Formats: sequence, structure tokens, C-alpha cells
Amino acid sequence: MFRGLWAVMWKEILHIRRDPATRFVFAIPLIELLLFGYAIEMDVKNISSVVFDLDRQMESRALIKEFESTRYFRVILEVYSDRDLEQAIVSGRAKAGIKIPPNYSRDLVNGRQATVQVLIDGSDSTTALRLLQASQALGFLKSLEREGFTQDLMAVEVRPRLLFNPNLESANFFVPGLIGILLQLVTVFLTAFSVVRERERGTLEQLLVTPISKGGLIVGKLLPYCAIGFIQTGLVLLVMVLLFRVPIHGSVSLLLLLSGIFLIPALGMGIVISTFASNQGEAMQVSVLFLLPSILLSGFIFPRESMPLVIYLLSFLIPATYFIEILRGIILRGAGWAALWDEALVLLSFGVLFIALSVLRFKKRLG
Amino acid sequence: METVIQAQRLTKRFGDLVAVRDVSFQIPRGEIFGFLGPNGSGKSTVIRMLCGLLQPTAGRAELDGVDVVAEAEEVKRRIGYMSQRFSLYEDLTVEENLDFYGAAYGLRPARLAERCRAVVELAGLEGRATQLVHTLSGGFKQRLALACSLLHEPKILFLDEPTAGIDPVARREIWDLLFRLAQEGTTLFVTTHYMDEAERCSQVGYIYHSKLVACGKPQDLKRLPEITPGGAEWFEVLCEETTRALGLLRDNPAVIDATIFGESIHLLAREGTDAEMISGFLRAAGWTRLECRPVLPSLEDVFVTLTRRHRAQLGG
Repeated sequence: MFRGLWAVMWKEILHIRRDPATRFVFAIPLIELLLFGYAIEMDVKNISSVVFDLDRQMESRALIKEFESTRYFRVILEVYSDRDLEQAIVSGRAKAGIKIPPNYSRDLVNGRQATVQVLIDGSDSTTALRLLQASQALGFLKSLEREGFTQDLMAVEVRPRLLFNPNLESANFFVPGLIGILLQLVTVFLTAFSVVRERERGTLEQLLVTPISKGGLIVGKLLPYCAIGFIQTGLVLLVMVLLFRVPIHGSVSLLLLLSGIFLIPALGMGIVISTFASNQGEAMQVSVLFLLPSILLSGFIFPRESMPLVIYLLSFLIPATYFIEILRGIILRGAGWAALWDEALVLLSFGVLFIALSVLRFKKRLG
Repeated sequence: METVIQAQRLTKRFGDLVAVRDVSFQIPRGEIFGFLGPNGSGKSTVIRMLCGLLQPTAGRAELDGVDVVAEAEEVKRRIGYMSQRFSLYEDLTVEENLDFYGAAYGLRPARLAERCRAVVELAGLEGRATQLVHTLSGGFKQRLALACSLLHEPKILFLDEPTAGIDPVARREIWDLLFRLAQEGTTLFVTTHYMDEAERCSQVGYIYHSKLVACGKPQDLKRLPEITPGGAEWFEVLCEETTRALGLLRDNPAVIDATIFGESIHLLAREGTDAEMISGFLRAAGWTRLECRPVLPSLEDVFVTLTRRHRAQLGG
């Protein structure tokens, strides 16, 4: 029944030993486990917040400290107008804004009820819910410290207000991110495989003896996939709006333009991957190595601010991070060019970097 | 005669491995140069260096007066290359492959159409324009590959084992095509393992263990002193029971080397041995019907002898 089992098994062991990919077989799961294990077990914490303190007294300073000591909020910036407060959230720089009114300390000292407003970006429902609870709990705690106040009449009333996604629907948060991930998945695979297939079948060598230049070869391969990626973007956006009922708050043309910019690093990454692989199996492995981090570390599932510092810094090296930021910015918060140009610039730089890298790595001479 | 391919002390190292060592040759216009050698001896590496796919570690080469390293792009317009593996797009049709390669060489539409007609006629691919390549037989695939490499009218054509794995009729047809091209002034550089193909070449080079050990016209190589050292002579013996006769002859001290060629035995005998002595030896061993005559060695004799000599030198 098992005739030849040992022979086959031994042959397979020999294959595995000879296969250059074996070097990574044990390293890959370990590296990814370490990366994602840390990212995944993270709670919501250290959420970037801005403060608009109109009171500027000892009491208001103390309150900001107390917000920070909940470890949910991390104040990254102080602003001086309502407009800046809201803009910080729309642009995605902060997910929460704390506004302390001018009479906060006076009310507190005179035994009147003091109010504090907390603006929360509701697009990520999980994070928003935690911030909501944390800010209300803080108000309750402050009231307990003082006498004469009941649960109905609190010394400090924290009034949270959810910006965008007021019903905290998780689809609104996940679907735009999913679009970014899917788009990247498809474009990276398509380009990586289209080059590796030529290498595998020997047609690449034939191409290299023709006067076709490296640039001509790479860009000529990229453009059709660019078009496919663009059509895909349109289709998934349509499904998002019609089926998942996630409205696009910002400009659709800006969304398409920036998606086009994202395709450059995504396709470039595909070509870079192809230069590391000599057959389709290897291309698959290398692609997964590149793509898993962009799923888990890009902020698609877990808020990046809550990640340990090293992993948080790592997330800046992933193009999808910026694209997901753009997608959520435009779709959920109605962010415009002014808020997103820096993300677009980073994507463009990644694109230039990847294409340059692929031209360098792409050995026109086979040696 | 005008030299079209010139290699001067070409050398290629891959790390510690020397794949090609000090290879030099000159090939005149319109010749068919047969490049032979065992697998892994450096044949493909030489072709790749000449085509600009690999950079030589040392030495230089010129194709049609153009340096292959300094002007790699210029060289590409002058050469056609048919690689060892079939390397066209199997999921495209015959016509689509031709159109793609034509465009890759920058042929304008009108010129492309004209060239396509010409190479289709030359390669005998009429009526197959819309056929998917993966449905073609091996011989037709090779003809298409040849057609594609001829679209831009290269002056020099490199063919890496063009007839490997195809049937004898298709093989003959490919060679007829190659002769026609050579007659029209194209210089051909062909690698092969088939001795009958080598015999058809106007010049052959033999590479062994990364060194070019012989190069010249087949007739000249057969008269090389290393092949028939010190007055030794090649004989052909026609007899029955060739295998048994071979064993006896090999044991005879007058015989340096012997091998079977179909119904006959080729042997290299020491100086002073003549046909009469060899037939006398076999008659004494019981053969009655046999014939022995001095011959020129075949190219196979030449290459086997050279290989043995170099192997002995490398070994000790």
C-alpha cells in the first residue's frame, strides 16, 4: 500500500535541501509571528489626540495630564482654534480632540459643573468606542473626587461627540481599508507573476537579445496592469457604495487620482519581487512575505498608534499604510488634497524607489 | 575574406569557476561555424557573451566590426538569436509572435508585413498564421523561432542546439534553411551535438573543459598531428562480429584506439602498421570475410581523441 514511500520521502528531503527557498522556511514564520504577535495582542492605546485649551489654568493642565494617564490618549499637538481642532481629525493626524472651555477652572473652583468636549473620529468603531468609554469614565472619576456631586450632576461633564460614522458601523471602517489591501494583492501578484513566467519559460532571455530597453520592458509590462488595477478600483468602490452602503464623503476624482498614484508602488513592488524569484513558486513565497505585513501592520485591522514603537516605525515603510489612510480620509472623513498631499507624496516616492530598484535589480545581462 | 565574428581571448569566470578560458576565433562572412563540446563545457556561455547577454571577465569580441561590450545595443540589431529552449509565447498565435518580435526590433508596419511574408515563406509556415503556438509540432516551433530571429535581417545568426529533440526530417529541413541563409550572406554560429551536422559546417570549433581545443575546417582538423601522432594511421575495418573483433583489436599492442562505427571499426594504429597486418591479425583469430583500408578519421574520432588527451592532461 505504501510501496516506495521511503524512496519518495528521501527524494523530497533532497529537493528541500537543495531548494534555495529552504533558507527562509524556518525564518519566515518566526519573523512574522514576532511581528504580528506583537501587533495583534495590542489593546487600543496611545491614540493621537489634539488639545484646544481655552482655559489655560492649573486645573485644565491637570485634566490634560489625566487624559494622558488613562493611556488611551496621547497628546501630540496643541491647537488654538475650533477649525484647527477639527482639521487635525479630518486630516487623520489625530483621532481625538479635547476642547476645554475658558471657564473650566472657574466653574470647578466655584463648585459649578464644568464641561469638557471630546471630539472622536468614529471611523474606526473599535477605537472610537474605547475612547468614548475612557473619556466618560474620566469625567465620572473626577466627579467622585469632589463632594456634593452625584452621578446625575457631575463635577466634570465630559461630552463626547463622534465625528463621522456616528452609528459606529464597523463596515464603514473596514471596507475602505479592504479596498486598499485587495488592490495591492491583485496588482502585486499580477506583475510579479507576469515577469517570473517569462523567466521560467525562457522567453526573457529571448527578449534580452532584442533592442527592447530595460525601461521599455518594465513600463510596457506595468501599463496594462495599471489599467486593470484602475478598473478594479472603480468596481470595488461601486460595490462599496451600492452594497455596503458606505458613502464617499470626499471627492471621487481625488480618490481615483490617489488610487492611481498608489498603483505605481504596488506594481513596482511586483517587479521588485519578480527579481528575487526564478519561478512562480518562489514568487508566491516572496509576495506573501511582502504582503502579510501590509495586511497586519498598515492599520487595516489594528490601530497603528497602539503598536509597540518598533513595529509602529515599521508601518511607515509599508505603502499600504498611506493608501489606507487616504482611502479612509476621503471616504469617511471627507478629507481633501490639503490633508492628504503628504501621503500622496510618500506613495509617489515609494513608486519611484521601487521602479528604480527594479531597473537596477533587473539584470539586463543574465550574469 | 571579411571577418564577421572575432573573439579574442574571451574569458568568463563565475566566482572561482572558469566557464570559458582564453577562447579566440575568427569567422568569415557567409560561413556556418559549428561549435561543439560536451554539455557544461562553456558553449552557451560563449554564445551569451557574443550576444551581449553576459559580460566577459576578460578578452573582447567584435561582431561585424562592433564591440559586443561597448556597443551592446548596436550589436543586438545585427544579430539573431535562437536559444536552446524554445522561447516564444506558446499562448500567442504564430502571427502574434512574429508581430511582437518585429515590433521589438522596431520594424515599421509596412516593412513588418513584408518581412513577415518573407520569413513565413522561407520557414514554410504558410497557412499557420492564426494557429496557437502550443499546438505546433517541435519542428514547426523551431521553424517559427528561426523565422522570428530572421525578421530584422540579422547579419549574424546564433543558434543554440537548433535541432535538439526534433525528428530527422525536420532536422534536414532546418539545415536546408541554414544553408540557404549562408548562401545569402548570413553568418551562422551553430552549436550541436550531432556529428553529421558538424561535418556539414564550413568551420568547426571544439570546446572542452572551458578551453577551445580545436578550431578549423573539418578536413584540416582530421589531419591535425595530435589526432594521428607520430606516424600513426587511421584504418577502417569492415567485418562481422564487430564487438568481439573490437575487443581483440584493443588488446593488440599495435592499436592505440578503436571504436565501432555501425558495421565497421575505426582504429588508430601505431607507426609502421598497415592494412595487411591488421587483416592478417583478425584472419589468424578466425575471421574470413573482412576488409581493411586506411581512412581519414571522422570528426567524432577527432573530438574523442582530443577529449581523451585533454582529460589525461587535466587528470595528471
